[in-house]
Amino acid sequence: MSAIPVHEFIASQERKGLLRFITCGSVDDGKSTLIGRLLHDSQKILEDHMAAVRADSQRWGTTGGEVDLALLVDGLQAEREQGITIDVAYRYFDTDRRKFIIADTPGHEQYTRNMATGASTADLAIVLVDAARGVQVQTRRHSFIVSLLGLRHVIVAVNKMDLVDFDAVRFKEISDEAQAFLRSLGVKNAQVIPVSALRGDNVVTRSDAMPWYKGPPLLEVLETVDVTQDRGEDLRFPVQYVNRPNAEFRGYSGTIVSGKVRVGDPIMALPYRHASTVKSIVTYDGDLEEAGAPLAVTITLADEIDITRGDMLVHPDRAPSVGKQFDAHILWMAEQPLLPGKPYDIKIGNHYVRGTIEQIEYRVDVNDLSRHGAEELKLNEIGVCRVVLNQPVAYDVYDSSRETGSFIVLDRLNHATAGAGMIRRSSAVRTAGHAGNAVVHEHKISRAQRANQKSQRPCILWLTGLSGAGKSTIANALEQELFRRGHHSYLLDGDNVRHGLNRDLDFSDAGRVENIRRIGEVAQLFVDAGLIVVTAFISPFRSDRRLVRDLSAAGDFIEVYVSTPLDVCEERDPKGLYARARRGQIGNFTGISSPYEAPEGAEIELDTSRQSVEECVAAVVRYLEETGRLKS
Amino acid sequence: MTSRLLTHLDELEAESIYIFREVVAEFENPVMLYSIGKDSSVLLHLALKAFFPGKLPFPVLHIDTTWKFKEMIEFRDRRAKELGLNLLVHSNQEGLQKGVTPFTHGSSKYTDIMKTEALKQALSKYGYDAAFGGARRDEEKSRAKERVFSFRDANHRWDPRNQRPELWHLYNGRINKGESIRVFPLSNWTELDVWMYIHREKIPVVPLYFAKPRPIVHRDGMMLMVDDDRLPLKAGEKPELEQVRFRTLGCYPLTGAQKSDAKTLEDVIAEMLESRTSERQGRAIDHDQAGSMEKKKREGYF
Repeated sequence: MSAIPVHEFIASQERKGLLRFITCGSVDDGKSTLIGRLLHDSQKILEDHMAAVRADSQRWGTTGGEVDLALLVDGLQAEREQGITIDVAYRYFDTDRRKFIIADTPGHEQYTRNMATGASTADLAIVLVDAARGVQVQTRRHSFIVSLLGLRHVIVAVNKMDLVDFDAVRFKEISDEAQAFLRSLGVKNAQVIPVSALRGDNVVTRSDAMPWYKGPPLLEVLETVDVTQDRGEDLRFPVQYVNRPNAEFRGYSGTIVSGKVRVGDPIMALPYRHASTVKSIVTYDGDLEEAGAPLAVTITLADEIDITRGDMLVHPDRAPSVGKQFDAHILWMAEQPLLPGKPYDIKIGNHYVRGTIEQIEYRVDVNDLSRHGAEELKLNEIGVCRVVLNQPVAYDVYDSSRETGSFIVLDRLNHATAGAGMIRRSSAVRTAGHAGNAVVHEHKISRAQRANQKSQRPCILWLTGLSGAGKSTIANALEQELFRRGHHSYLLDGDNVRHGLNRDLDFSDAGRVENIRRIGEVAQLFVDAGLIVVTAFISPFRSDRRLVRDLSAAGDFIEVYVSTPLDVCEERDPKGLYARARRGQIGNFTGISSPYEAPEGAEIELDTSRQSVEECVAAVVRYLEETGRLKS
Repeated sequence: MTSRLLTHLDELEAESIYIFREVVAEFENPVMLYSIGKDSSVLLHLALKAFFPGKLPFPVLHIDTTWKFKEMIEFRDRRAKELGLNLLVHSNQEGLQKGVTPFTHGSSKYTDIMKTEALKQALSKYGYDAAFGGARRDEEKSRAKERVFSFRDANHRWDPRNQRPELWHLYNGRINKGESIRVFPLSNWTELDVWMYIHREKIPVVPLYFAKPRPIVHRDGMMLMVDDDRLPLKAGEKPELEQVRFRTLGCYPLTGAQKSDAKTLEDVIAEMLESRTSERQGRAIDHDQAGSMEKKKREGYF
């Protein structure tokens, strides 16, 4: 039998607490080795796992055939083959005092996203620093993500002390620099420990090689750090599920995120502020008088009020913010960039809400914390953003409550988890202007926002060519194709311009120039509104087309030369205009009595004497796709 | 009853209950996979807690290879009756007709046909959009990376390189038609946690977990229990009664017993304290080839 009687062991197990932590560092820092060492030295490596590691060390190991403890940690086959880890892996071990859950995240390009994922549920972070290399850019990056995700406890493990001869001076240099940097990020209680994961110094047991270090070894800190104060004290109970097994019972099931709830407590249901009192706290094991975080319970109320999943029960005097707008840090995790104005699904609390990122205030460079203007956030980028929802929700700022201050952003097409958000502050407070120096924000919708909402980059497709060349036919077919694909366009042609806006103009050269100028200006307004504008005018003069091109932002003016030859146009003569012009009944007729100046360097050329309408439309759409005008 | 000091088991329990409720609130047609083992017993217990005083709001599905231990089937039917479960049992009829057994087709192919294929058949047949499983991340290396909400495409496949990030407790339950989610409420439990919880909550488990004299033959380094006369005995093999128990349960021709005197739950826990081998060692299917579990999971195995 074991050294201690089994009933004592069971009793100790039933008193044990739980600590979740994350390890941050790259392969080179010896992160996997440190985890392997913790598992190994706390006697949690099972014999068959160890035998597999011995075999794998011969095959994949980086330690020259020695047992490579890092292989205990690296999981998937693909990763073993590449010698790298690619995702978040969870490891479990326990000591007599605590059960530990380690989130292990890999150290290359997907790092920011994976580390944030691991950190989101962790109580504590171990930031690894290579003693030989000191505080590096990546140390700063890890520290920033740790602070962003709101971890209150940080251990800096200065690893590979054996490579610097266990030098106390070198350790102090690194320790001072790391501490100063963490303090600047608002991380107050960082503890710095000199270790050698490879040899096991100061990991589980105190090292003989560093008598100058008087602090505890790593595992001791993990076993004793106090995380009970990390949750807030205000009651937060997001309603997860309405439990109605029969007509007599109506309970609200959920997990107490923070604080405590007692029978008889006055309660308010947010966001609609329905008030009641707690009638009972129901569990499978019997009703409770009082329950606290993080228990999962079912609450019944004294009054019949309308509460659904996504509502939050709180104490009326300690309520969180309620609103549709807030500012948040957003970490983007999808290949398709975050676009302001584009509709997303946002899961906050227990429900999904439609919303948009109205504006990216700035992007933060994770390596040096510098701020930059941004029109979009790419994969692994972090920005401060204004979020606008289409219905009010109850929320806290992330710093005071991780569970009620966080949200995820979902792509509405493939439902991927595309972003993770941490609420910084309510933007309603700022716009209300009662905070003295509050800045009132201009709610101007930018061109980019409008365009992103429509999944397209607006532009002008300027069709030019002789009368009868096929401009209107192509323009109409093109608009129908764009509409079918879900894009937003508008067609300007003689029919809708000449009879209204330009009805005061004649067909003199001056009138024709003014005609084109006005069309150009109107087209610009539609482009600002986010539309793809198609125009179909003969517009025979180079200088006029040049004028419209100059009005447009670079690349927005796309000249489409419909180059159908004169003889073909004249033969078609759909309105009998050529015949009348030939007879001299119409003056200044382009191609007959007035010149047509063919474009030089039009972006697209179409000839309806050789191409079908469908081929012409396809050529234009292809051009738009290739130049990134149309987004799926 | 008043609140007491919270332990790691309380936290694990609360997290699992939360996961159950999220799925039932978000999905139209969830199902719980029930494999009759200790993890399934804990899973079922947690589900009952999550929806109390309501009944279990989803059916319980057992994929029956027809090679389970007799005591497992007896236990399954007894518990289903006691708890009033909506129990569905599915076997791969095509596989049965073709005479697929662990002996004729090898453990790998047999598992693929009678477990993975059978599971996919059942999930497709009933159109489940979410399926609870009792897998734990500490069981096996590839499981360590599995999400709590694990996305599967329309062919039930898992893509370990393209998993949805899972932050906080904001599980993403959004899927397109035909896609599904496998859900693992016990993700953060260890084998020891499971036994400690069974002890604390007095959860019934199959008697095969406790030591008793059973008819055993030794084969390829495994102790196999001769559960019925379908096990083809090789030359020189003669079943003899040995005091054994099982650490995990599956198909009897593929599940190794271990010598043990642990007749009670306390004995089992005491034995585990001294144990230095992991529980899946007794399973032939994990050892077929390097990364074998990952391969099976990609193909749709639980």
